Amino acid sequence: MIGGLFIYNHKGEVLISRVYRDDIGRNAVDAFRVNVIHARQQVRSPVTNIARTSFFHVKRSNIWLAAVTKQNVNAAMVFEFLYKMCDVMTAYFGKISEENIKNNFVLIYELLDEILDFGYPQNSETGALKTFITQQGIKGQTKEEQSQITSQVTGQIGWRREGIKYRRNELFLDVLESVNLLMSPQGQVLSAHVSGRVVMKSYLSGMPECKFGMNDKIVIDKQGKGGASDDAGKSDLGGGSGKQSIAIDDCTFHQCVRLSKFDSERSISFIPPDGEYELMRYRTTKDIILPFRVIPLVREVGRTKLEVKVVIKSNFKPSLLAQKIEVRIPTPLNTSGVQVICMKGKAKYKASENAIVWKIKRMAGMKESQISAEIELLPTNDKKKWARPPISMNFEVPFAPSGLKVRYLKVFESKLNYSDHDVIKWVRYIGRSGIYETRC
Amino acid sequence: MQEWANQLCENRQFGSKMTDSKYFTTTKKGEIFELKAELNSDKKEKKKEAVKKVIASMTVGKDVSALFPDVVNCMQTDNLELKKLVYLYLMNYAKSQPDMAIMAVNTFVKDCEDPNPLIRALAVRTMGCIRVDKITEYLCEPLRKCLKDEDPYVRKTAAVCVAKLHDINAQLVEDQGFLDTLKDLISDSNPMVVANAVAALSEIAESHPNSNLMDLNPQTINKLLTALNECTEWGQIFILDCLANYTPRDDRESQSICERVTPRLSHANSAVVLSAVKVLMKFMEMLPKDLDYYGTLLKKLAPPLVTLLSAEPELQYVALRNINLIVQRRPEILKHEMKVFFVKYNDPIYVKLEKLDIMIRLASQANIAQVLAELKEYATEVDVDFVRKAVRAIGRCAIKVEQSAERCVSTLLDLIQTKVNYVVQEAIVVIKDIFRKYPNKYESVIATLCENLDSLDEPEARAAMIWIVGEYAERIDNADELLESFLEGFHDESTQVQLQLLTAIVKLFLKKPTETQELVQQVLSLATQDSDNPDLRDRGYIYWRLLSTDPVAAKEPPSAFVEGSRGVQHKRLPGSTESESPDTASAAAVSDAPPAVIPSQGDLLGDLLNLDLTPPTTTGPPPPASSGMQMGAMDLLGGGLDSLLGGDLGGSPAIGAGFGAPPAAMPASFSAPVSGGLDDLFDLGGGVGMPMGAYSAPKTVWLPALKAKGLEISGTFARRSGVIQMEMTLTNKAMSVMTDFAIQFNRNSFGLAPAGPLQVLTPLSPNQSIEVTLPLNTVGPVMKMEPLNNLQVAVKNNIDVFYFSCQYPISMLFVEDGKMERQVFLATWKDIPNDSEAQFQIKDCHLNAASNKLQGSNIFTIAKRTVDGQDMLYQSMKLTNGIWVLTEMRVQAGNPVYTVKKCVYIYIANMVDRI
Repeated sequence: MIGGLFIYNHKGEVLISRVYRDDIGRNAVDAFRVNVIHARQQVRSPVTNIARTSFFHVKRSNIWLAAVTKQNVNAAMVFEFLYKMCDVMTAYFGKISEENIKNNFVLIYELLDEILDFGYPQNSETGALKTFITQQGIKGQTKEEQSQITSQVTGQIGWRREGIKYRRNELFLDVLESVNLLMSPQGQVLSAHVSGRVVMKSYLSGMPECKFGMNDKIVIDKQGKGGASDDAGKSDLGGGSGKQSIAIDDCTFHQCVRLSKFDSERSISFIPPDGEYELMRYRTTKDIILPFRVIPLVREVGRTKLEVKVVIKSNFKPSLLAQKIEVRIPTPLNTSGVQVICMKGKAKYKASENAIVWKIKRMAGMKESQISAEIELLPTNDKKKWARPPISMNFEVPFAPSGLKVRYLKVFESKLNYSDHDVIKWVRYIGRSGIYETRC
Repeated sequence: MQEWANQLCENRQFGSKMTDSKYFTTTKKGEIFELKAELNSDKKEKKKEAVKKVIASMTVGKDVSALFPDVVNCMQTDNLELKKLVYLYLMNYAKSQPDMAIMAVNTFVKDCEDPNPLIRALAVRTMGCIRVDKITEYLCEPLRKCLKDEDPYVRKTAAVCVAKLHDINAQLVEDQGFLDTLKDLISDSNPMVVANAVAALSEIAESHPNSNLMDLNPQTINKLLTALNECTEWGQIFILDCLANYTPRDDRESQSICERVTPRLSHANSAVVLSAVKVLMKFMEMLPKDLDYYGTLLKKLAPPLVTLLSAEPELQYVALRNINLIVQRRPEILKHEMKVFFVKYNDPIYVKLEKLDIMIRLASQANIAQVLAELKEYATEVDVDFVRKAVRAIGRCAIKVEQSAERCVSTLLDLIQTKVNYVVQEAIVVIKDIFRKYPNKYESVIATLCENLDSLDEPEARAAMIWIVGEYAERIDNADELLESFLEGFHDESTQVQLQLLTAIVKLFLKKPTETQELVQQVLSLATQDSDNPDLRDRGYIYWRLLSTDPVAAKEPPSAFVEGSRGVQHKRLPGSTESESPDTASAAAVSDAPPAVIPSQGDLLGDLLNLDLTPPTTTGPPPPASSGMQMGAMDLLGGGLDSLLGGDLGGSPAIGAGFGAPPAAMPASFSAPVSGGLDDLFDLGGGVGMPMGAYSAPKTVWLPALKAKGLEISGTFARRSGVIQMEMTLTNKAMSVMTDFAIQFNRNSFGLAPAGPLQVLTPLSPNQSIEVTLPLNTVGPVMKMEPLNNLQVAVKNNIDVFYFSCQYPISMLFVEDGKMERQVFLATWKDIPNDSEAQFQIKDCHLNAASNKLQGSNIFTIAKRTVDGQDMLYQSMKLTNGIWVLTEMRVQAGNPVYTVKKCVYIYIANMVDRI
């Protein structure tokens, strides 16, 4: 299991060092600094072995978090733990920065004592932790409160405390998708997938039992004729297509969701944590609506000139507006000057990033726009050809490119006197570009 | 009132913000003393502040163990935050202060009885981390109680504590019966207690591999599976990892476990998913393949694995490593998912490399076109490692999917056209592998490959190219020239290249015996007489013998070689593609000299053993087989010395081209041997009592007795009062008397030739030695040798003619009138073109001695100046054939801190001037 956990600043100075096992000595702190943080080469693996000791590290802005062990641990667990550790710290004091860590080092030690015991991760749900690690002492607690804390930390519903009350029961659902594309210069889709997340903000009283439904093909097909079209119509906030159900390749759920029930009935039921959390993640590859198509044309005119023409076409309902559109056209390293002409938006050559960045604030569906550029090159005797990185694109569209739709989210709380109808529900769809690249 | 409270809160916040990070910066003198005072302060706040400072110092690595008693005194407090800090301190320093750690015991024991479960747990948790025997003794009782505590939080902490205690004192844990209590906890009502008990037991069981500690049976498995649905994500991992060690009794149990584990594949925590996959992969083995459920399960495994690839990069890496293993075991799971392994431009390099590996594993006829297009794309990326691996991957595709071989070859050719050096080299290595797997299919590309010969500087690529030339010698018109060009720097090549070159030239000789006799002779002598590498020598001798037995037999081995190598290749190459880094180099070594061929040559093997076992200083007569071999070699190579010397050397343009009369054509490579000579000179810088005059190296054995039927010749070269001399010792190690000595030189770079006959007047009787000095002149025929200072000598006596080659120091060619006028020096220095400059370093040389000693060797110092603390010496020397060499020697003062003596590094730019 994890033998020790160190946090360093960008210079390699230790900010936090907590050793859990006897086989990890102080020299491990230095070994990591010397071999990884101060290494001349770029880091080539997140796992480094130095003198039969394994170092697992992640980096958050310029802070290094390293878990150290001499045993054959579950590597995925170590990384998941490090991410979780970052989440917990963020939940307590915001951004992970050197200043914040130094300001909260006592708190961090207290957290590390609680969420890792002898290197075994323990309950690390912020909701539960915040009930008893407060930096205020726990003097005022009654016996009942104490046992409530411990049963929550160790209990089956470790993510929610009892006795939450809201005057207005409200919940927000965000369907956030990122659409990823890799297209060949000829316009052939090499790979495309949507990775989506359903993020829920719940402000609900008591211990509500929730049930979430979406236009999952398997469920819709099971229900058979009739019902499906009604449901889909109700929550259709104007997506790009009239698809009624989608095939989900795979999905994963927050630990509040009863997985065995999903496995047997494909129904998603859970008692939600309070506040914001990620209910599920999913991935689809079939029938994806690609909001934009990029058509590149690069021509080398002699040795010192390049002509680039890029056309983008929007491919969704004309009534919808895409926002924050940015096309990034890479330029060779020996570029000396660039002249750009674009019909819409603003385009600029950014020498420091070796790219032409073309920004368009808004663009409606079924439109097209074009940019052309002349790139002057310095003559070089470098034999190596320019690698031609792909043209990448960023955007935001108000629909889910996968076609996913929320059909319902039902709330039941038997003990308190509010029903599903009293809960105010909001649904929002946002599609963003993930890695959306076209080779040129 | 409200407002006041708010203000207080703000102050508090503000205060903590300012103070906490401040702890990291205090580096005052007498800090420890001040802290001590503060720790003993009456004020609680001050105490707490002081402890925080102590912890901050501890974190950055300062030793604050001196404060031990003062910190422990703060332990008895109702402030939990302060208590935790003190405990943290204790865990760090208790081991170094065991006696004082006892002071804490009472507080611990008291805390274990505290009504607050959080404090009870904290005490037990901390005690387990203090590795001091006396504390451990006191731990047992509280631990026993805590394992049965009414509060699950305490129980789950106590469960882990058993593992801690076991790590400190395994015997104690067994004696106290904690293991049984721990096992009972597997049936606990609280899922987290179960999970921690499982974790602790698994760890303890690991250190007792044979004990039946976990004792997994269907009942306990059932309990674990129930807890699996309810415990935290981490607990699920502990339980799943434990389940993976269980072996179900039959396929029904196996299936029921799989059914209950499958839902975990949808967990948000990747580690849970991977652990579940691990369990399923193992238990699937038990299921009959025709079962419907087996197919369903197989289908369920792919999506979660693919989903892992959209996780954070570090997790992607872990997932990919695992997928790599899964794909090797069950390629069918992911065979349709090729696209998800396509590399994204912004993937971290470690993810890229892993993806590439998996792509190759999944490549099949169905998806090969797509894969190749991708690989070609990757070969133009920036990261050198990745590009190389991509090129290599193309080759592996060709070998794996025969139908794609042609497309792979053409892709590789496209890549070679890019002229990116490392891409070309990698591509050539890969093409060699393809040639070996599919012989005589793609040789049309050889011409393109040969065009890139000059750019190859990596041993593997050179070896690959040489192999190709040797294998297809009959189709390459100038194969002999190509191979000869490699032979020039034979001794500078890596073993891999030397071996390959030897084999290739032998192959060439067998295919074109008439034109390549000289070449084969040269390589055999380089490989056997001039090499220290036993592998190379052995292979050289094997070939030599095979070639020399008799012409008929000599014709045989080649085909045996060639066929044999193919037979081996077919088996070996697929194997090498399986391994992570295809070790083509060693495969080549095996397939080019298959041991199976040698026994078919009958008694040759005996000869071989004889040869290897006979020490070179043997006094007995040479074994008859050996002489037979020598004779055979002679016959085969076309009649000995005469033909060697008089043979038509004009055949290859490389020979004789560079080194004729006009020194203007002096090739750049000339600087190498010169520098070698200078190096020799400077090496002596450290020597004491070096007499004035030219340096001559000690004698080395040029011709061992074993090769010359008992005649041993050792010798050296020297320049004594303007005359170049070859000083030799001839020793008769044979049984009979030797007479009629004569000597002859082959044509050489500087036209060295004997100025008189070899003066051995008396017959040389057995075990007798004679010193001979042979004056040389430089008016003989000239031919450029490789290395430049190589000299091939033939010595005749009444028994036979023997050949050897030796190398002379260039310095003996420096003539006495090599001192150049200052003005002339300056003018010529400026005219020297850059490409005839070379630079090298000499270490550990005394400056003062250098100039004198150099003059003794006819290297004249023309001028001296000092620039930026560097002494520059300008020198000239003149060779026998009228070539001037000008040098600049830069002397920089060494680091005086380490040595009192001035040890210096000398940079010499040496130049070959035209006159």
